[in-house]
Amino acid sequence: MVPAGHYLVLGALLFGIGAAGVMLRRSALVIFMCIELMLNGVNLTLVTFSRQVGNLDGQVAAFLVMTVAAAEAAVGLAIILALWRRRGSINVDNLNLMKW
Amino acid sequence: MVVAFFIFAALALAGALGVVAARSTVKAALSLLVTFIAVACLYLTLEAELLAALQVLVYAGAVLVLFLFVIMLLAGGGEELSLRRHGLLRAVGVGAAAAFVGISGHVVATSWLWSGSSLPSPWGHTRTLAALLFTRYLLAFEATSLLLLAAVVGAVVLAGKRRPDLPQGPSDGRQMMGGK
Repeated sequence: MVPAGHYLVLGALLFGIGAAGVMLRRSALVIFMCIELMLNGVNLTLVTFSRQVGNLDGQVAAFLVMTVAAAEAAVGLAIILALWRRRGSINVDNLNLMKW
Repeated sequence: MVVAFFIFAALALAGALGVVAARSTVKAALSLLVTFIAVACLYLTLEAELLAALQVLVYAGAVLVLFLFVIMLLAGGGEELSLRRHGLLRAVGVGAAAAFVGISGHVVATSWLWSGSSLPSPWGHTRTLAALLFTRYLLAFEATSLLLLAAVVGAVVLAGKRRPDLPQGPSDGRQMMGGK
């Protein structure tokens, strides 16, 4: 049996890599993928805690996170498409219209 | 079980690093697929079979295909995508991620979670999960259905047919968004 700590460290690593990707990459698409990575790390943590505590609530939470992630991906990718049509670029460095 | 965990953990981390490091967006998406599948296998080792199946169906099936569709629709729009050049932001990003991993690793290493607990016998079965989902979490479940409906409508509105008063085709990136 693998200790739960291993899973939690892996979840934290996935989240950390995703967070670093959000900061590092310039493409809105890749930033979205990194957000999915972070959500996956969180889901892994939730399922691990659920397993460790012996209670299915964590799995329900992971299920809901998955649903929200799917909705977020649909709307986010639609925004990226609209952005591409309007601006001809999905480089987030160019999207500074609302920046002070 | 231990061997399986380390294999899939290595695959998940390799895929995650591939997403961040890949120059081409398609390669990033395929790396993401590796991570999704590996995490699904990790769910299996945690005896969360329903979530493993959903992970493959929803993430590897739906979300990733959506990503690939958008990449294809953008038609090479992803090729300018090297790493962001801003040095400060890069340092902050890597530093914040490293700090998060370090702190959480410390918390994990010193926590009570290392002691295992016994599992209830119908653990993780779809039936028990569904019973929970349709009783205690019924409101959240219905709220997600509403959310999905809103997401569908929003996606269609945002990405649907162009209105004639909008500029056609990719325009100059520097012009004002409401300019025309």
